[in-house]
Amino acid sequence: MKARTRAATLLLTPFFVLFTAVMVVPIGYAVWLSLFTEKQSGLGFGGTETVFTGLDNYTAALGDRAFLEGFGVLLGYCLLYIPLLLAGALGLALLLDSALARARRFFQLALFLPHAVPGIIAALIWVYLYTPQLSPVVQAMDAGGIGFDFFSPEGTLPSVVNIALWEWLGYNMVIFYAALQAIDRSVIEAATVDGAGAWRIAFAIKVPLVKASLAMVGLFTIIGSLQLFTEPLILNKGTGSAVTSTWTPNMYAYTAAFDRNDYGLAAAASVLLALTAALLSFAVTRLTGRRKAGTARQAAPARKAATARQEQPA
Amino acid sequence: MSTRTPNRWLSKTAVNGALVLAVVYMLFPLVWLLTAATKDAGGLLAGNAFSFEGFDLGGNLSRLAEYNDGIYFHWYANSLLYAGLGALACSLISVAAGYAFHVYDFRGKEKLFGLVLLGVLVPTTALALPMYLLASEIGVVNTYWAVLIPVLVNPFGVYLSRVFCAGYIPDEALEAARIDGAGELRVFWSIGLRMVMPGFVTVFLFQFTAVWNNFFLPLVMLSDQKLFPVSLGLYAWNSNAHAEPDFYPLVVTGSLLAVVPLVVAFVSLQRHWKAGLTAGSLK
Repeated sequence: MKARTRAATLLLTPFFVLFTAVMVVPIGYAVWLSLFTEKQSGLGFGGTETVFTGLDNYTAALGDRAFLEGFGVLLGYCLLYIPLLLAGALGLALLLDSALARARRFFQLALFLPHAVPGIIAALIWVYLYTPQLSPVVQAMDAGGIGFDFFSPEGTLPSVVNIALWEWLGYNMVIFYAALQAIDRSVIEAATVDGAGAWRIAFAIKVPLVKASLAMVGLFTIIGSLQLFTEPLILNKGTGSAVTSTWTPNMYAYTAAFDRNDYGLAAAASVLLALTAALLSFAVTRLTGRRKAGTARQAAPARKAATARQEQPA
Repeated sequence: MSTRTPNRWLSKTAVNGALVLAVVYMLFPLVWLLTAATKDAGGLLAGNAFSFEGFDLGGNLSRLAEYNDGIYFHWYANSLLYAGLGALACSLISVAAGYAFHVYDFRGKEKLFGLVLLGVLVPTTALALPMYLLASEIGVVNTYWAVLIPVLVNPFGVYLSRVFCAGYIPDEALEAARIDGAGELRVFWSIGLRMVMPGFVTVFLFQFTAVWNNFFLPLVMLSDQKLFPVSLGLYAWNSNAHAEPDFYPLVVTGSLLAVVPLVVAFVSLQRHWKAGLTAGSLK
């Protein structure tokens, strides 16, 4: 028995040492930093000193319109992006899962492929596709009489949402499709015998059975959305777009740290962002009332069943 | 019967037609990247994606290789190092932990595992700034370590590994090895790890992609161009492109080359990423 305890300790130690160093300690350090402010002493010739200022950084961040507007942008982004992503990915998965779909493997792979593209490159490609001088899309739209400026104040949010959709639609479609494939086919056969049509089967039987996957994807999408940074950063850099350098809270924190060297304010903004993520995760988990996480043993047979189904020739 | 057949044919066309439309949306930007990489700056700015105006793929590639003493391929090698080495070590660390969670019983195990799951939910970009400040305290900012150490940790990898161990390692196999007199670590190394290899490859694939795509961490940590991964290098070039359009072909051709290894990996390892996504979705 002692040998087993020793082995367990040895196998777990590398992960937890690194986990502590890379996640736990930085969180603690961020909270600590957020309580201090660097102050110029005297006329600014004497260098700076770090002064404990309590919650001043938090009130400064929360009192800054730019920071609050960042949360407003995030809210707008989530309201547009999350329903489109969930509906789009689920819709595609249902299409693929219907008895009528052909070439399922090809569709899965082709729809997933954008996810292999690094986020920064996805953003670069799309920004080029938004730029009138470079883009066949904008030129085609102009020719068709649709003048849309992707960089205008009204255009930037849809521009960013489109990039994110392109990156994540296929990924989440594969998740939903796998969950749909794991549904016991006899349930669907029974419904067919009872005379239910394809639409009814999709919405009255299949969708309720994959609610757990919907909740999980929703949760991870919210956490990901709060971190929005790369795509708007590319839109911000010199494209003359309406994206400012503090457009999202994450960009605000980055700008505070590296343009203004105000680490206390940046830390406070990061902590507020992480708290928002924690609160939302809690709320989503509660609302969807999922069973308690952590029972890997229960999940394993279901997963095996799902992969076994998936590997059958389409 | 005669009314059902055309109806079915119509539905079939509608279903597959919708899927084809989605595929066009997904693949169009990649096709554009492919054709754009063959053009010189003039051809690019002419905007006609599907003509071969200003065809100069060879020129683009050789300019890419020559610019700034071939710094692009230096970035490429860095990306391979960060992603390859980082993902390899990360998978080993994750599988070891996942295996321990699956095989052994100890006090507070589920609480500890709960902590791992909590780690999955931490927004990583909120950690980047404190990580940078910590790294500058201990003097590793602007070194390979600054990017390599943080990518060794992936709580989701530990979760996946536990699920895979539960699915692939029967207790009997471990018992048999123990009866044969193998020590616990030997059982892990030569039985457990071998049996859970598909899980190892899955975690590796996901982490390799994540590190290859990593942008925020290197942006914060690195200022020496020689240490940049491809993502950060292309970002730096793109920042110049607005002033100097000659950078456009460099950025586009460089982007195309940076996408290739991932596309190849995903096409050839389909079984693994599907298994990984499925395991994640049934949490």
